[in-house]
Amino acid sequence: MIRALFGFNGGVKPPTNKAESTRLPIGAVPLPPELIVPLHQNVGGTPYPLVAAGQFVLKGQRIGAADGQLSSAVHAPTSGRVIAVEPCVMPHSSGLKGLCVRIAPDGEDRWIECEPLPWRSLPPDEVRDALRDAGIVGLGGAVFPSHLKLRPGDGGTSTLVINGAECEPFITCDDMQMREHAAKIVRGASIIQHMLSARQVLIGIEDNKPEAIAAMHSAVELHGGGTMEVVAVPTRYPAGGAKQLIRVLTGIEVPHGRRSTDYGVQCFNTGTAWAVADYVVHGRPLISRIVTVAGNVEQPRNFEVLFGTPMSHVAKLAGIRPDTDRFIMGGPMMGYRMPSFDVPVVKATNCILVGSAALFPPPAPEMPCIRCGDCARACPADLQPFELYWHSRAKNFGKAQEYHLFDCIECGCCAYVCPSSIPLVDYYRFAKGEIWAHERQKNAADSARDRFEFRNDRIEREKQEKAEKLAARTAAARAAAQSSDATPAAAPADDPKKALIAAALARAKAQRESAQPANTESLNAEQQAQVDAADARRTGAAQTADTEASAPAADQKQSLIAAAVARAKAQREAAKPANTEALTPAQQAQVDAAEARRAQVEQSAANQTSTAPEEDLKKSLVAAAVARAKAQREAVKPANTESLTPAQQAQVDAADARRAAAQQDAAPEDSPRSEAP
Amino acid sequence: MIAALLTMCLLALAIGAALGFAAVKFRVEGDPLVDKIDAILPQTQCGQCGYPGCKPYATAIANNEADINQCPPGGEDGIHKLADLLGREFKPLNAENGVEKPRAVALIDEATCIGCTLCIQACPVDAIVGAAKHMHTIVDPLCTGCELCIAPCPVDCITMEVVIDTVETWKWQYPVFALKAVAQ
Repeated sequence: MIRALFGFNGGVKPPTNKAESTRLPIGAVPLPPELIVPLHQNVGGTPYPLVAAGQFVLKGQRIGAADGQLSSAVHAPTSGRVIAVEPCVMPHSSGLKGLCVRIAPDGEDRWIECEPLPWRSLPPDEVRDALRDAGIVGLGGAVFPSHLKLRPGDGGTSTLVINGAECEPFITCDDMQMREHAAKIVRGASIIQHMLSARQVLIGIEDNKPEAIAAMHSAVELHGGGTMEVVAVPTRYPAGGAKQLIRVLTGIEVPHGRRSTDYGVQCFNTGTAWAVADYVVHGRPLISRIVTVAGNVEQPRNFEVLFGTPMSHVAKLAGIRPDTDRFIMGGPMMGYRMPSFDVPVVKATNCILVGSAALFPPPAPEMPCIRCGDCARACPADLQPFELYWHSRAKNFGKAQEYHLFDCIECGCCAYVCPSSIPLVDYYRFAKGEIWAHERQKNAADSARDRFEFRNDRIEREKQEKAEKLAARTAAARAAAQSSDATPAAAPADDPKKALIAAALARAKAQRESAQPANTESLNAEQQAQVDAADARRTGAAQTADTEASAPAADQKQSLIAAAVARAKAQREAAKPANTEALTPAQQAQVDAAEARRAQVEQSAANQTSTAPEEDLKKSLVAAAVARAKAQREAVKPANTESLTPAQQAQVDAADARRAAAQQDAAPEDSPRSEAP
Repeated sequence: MIAALLTMCLLALAIGAALGFAAVKFRVEGDPLVDKIDAILPQTQCGQCGYPGCKPYATAIANNEADINQCPPGGEDGIHKLADLLGREFKPLNAENGVEKPRAVALIDEATCIGCTLCIQACPVDAIVGAAKHMHTIVDPLCTGCELCIAPCPVDCITMEVVIDTVETWKWQYPVFALKAVAQ
């Protein structure tokens, strides 16, 4: 059956130069002395290294793990020792360095345990994850992670296109692979077909590869299962572009901003199909690919090359001519000039094009655009390259985007036909780079703005929450104090502030009482002696101040207690006159109330010491300490309260309120207070 | 006569009501000019302009309180854009506010860091992670390079590292031909 084919607009027919490199079968490459495996070999996130310098790795061992969904793993191409994980020059036009794993092969080429993937029994998600961890990416040159393309679209996938067109001059790696490994490619294609549940598989091959077409034909007849078809497409650059091949095979023109999956079509390269089969059937991750060495060499040929092999090591096998001045990764139309000769082969390297000034003479000087329109006629993406050129040249990037700059596939047809030899693609690449950089900058600025505003909001909110908490506590404590019956009679209940202060004082006292016994219990002999000495000193002072301690009992402790109490009283007496001068009437009332309480406490302490001196030493000590602390507080307070700002007053109130709350808890135990005058 | 007057009055009322409704319904929140200026500013939040952040500076420009040449991180490019937006003359960057520097991010020498949290409090975009008495570190992608964390550091363990191009951020240059090559 002869299939009706469609066409695409534009395209060019440069000399193919493919015959030379297809004369010899795919060659093997001896192990190089060192493999430099870049971690970033795919579209998307850079995998993070899993190995460290000095570690021994086996062939096929994962050395870089996929970072996120849009990423793909990297594997050791041979067994050996990791020399270093460090930045090395990448096979990229910039000549910049990227993180690479340098491996010294041990020559044994020992594989990891390879197990076939039971893909039919596994859920599709796990198969996709396995493919991601096997480092399977598109080998046509775009290196887009394949597991992301193996998801059937919303409307399902009706057609799977296997791209064996290979339209770019000099490159024959897919051609040779189809000739030699047709069965495996068909096997991979049927696995992909099954995963996508595609109804039909179309294998598109340019009609300048009759051997490949024949080989694929027989393989499809043997293993294709009736839904697979090999289609010869007319040779015209760039028929191998995904959108162009889909259009030729199915007639579907994927519009701007849409994907082929929206129309039920998915496209994979033959090399990718081979890699999928190699992993699923043999359990081998992607560690090598077929690379064409062509151009300025004695014997152009295809080699199966391990990733990380220096390009010069491979090209030497084909016999580099002495006038070589550059390596180009890819073909003459879309390839990139390499920054040096020993950059490693990566997953995107389909061809090492050895160049010289004679083979690729420097472009003629750029002349003004004469508006001939040849570029528009040649453009396979149906763009207007001259408009894109003018706007990119004028750095008018917004306008360039309006003319769909990002639909440009950088195939180079426009520059190829330009009579003024304008390097049009260079302008588009420049414009795209600037737009991406601007986008990155804008995203960073937006994120910084959001974070700055969020931070300000957060600080403001925390401030407000603090103030609210304070206010709520004050209010609650006030309410509690007002409703309480236990408020000391001396502090008039109609003055809530006074009540709060009194309540807080009582609470502090309760706290002190509960805290103090713990200290006196754990004294060792030495500490006790020190305490005794201090007490004795205090006793002397107390005797001069008051005669209350006139009962130097045989019991030493009792006398000490009495002395302490007396001393506290003396301190109080000394401190009081200074403070009372500055008292407001309200404060005076407070002081009076406190005084009354103190007197009462003292009385009770004295009673305790006199009635049960020996049995309750601790209690009396506590009482004495309480009295001391109270005296100190009294001395401090009046001075502070005078200079309070409203805000400080609010804080004081809050603190008092907290204390009051505790006091309420302690009130039942605080019997002396209820007897206060 | 009266009919004409009535018609005019009714018209005035109807149109007034429509305008009043539109004023409420289509009210523009915030100042659109401030947002436009803010979008041009680099959002470094460094305060070199003399205002506590990019938004306050944008507001000051919109109110004619500040000049357009006070933002060193925005550089000449930013001043050109502001001049275009506001229809003012381009002015070179005011040296009092600082000089234009290549973009940099802060780097904490983690061995020296004592975990005082002062830099965390100074960072305007919460790009520093750490806790008291624990090592701090900068989240590179979030750092705006404002340098506000350098001054508070008591052990001077923060330095500014100029951001270098990587393979992912590298850009193709504007195509130029060497005149010499053309002459030959």
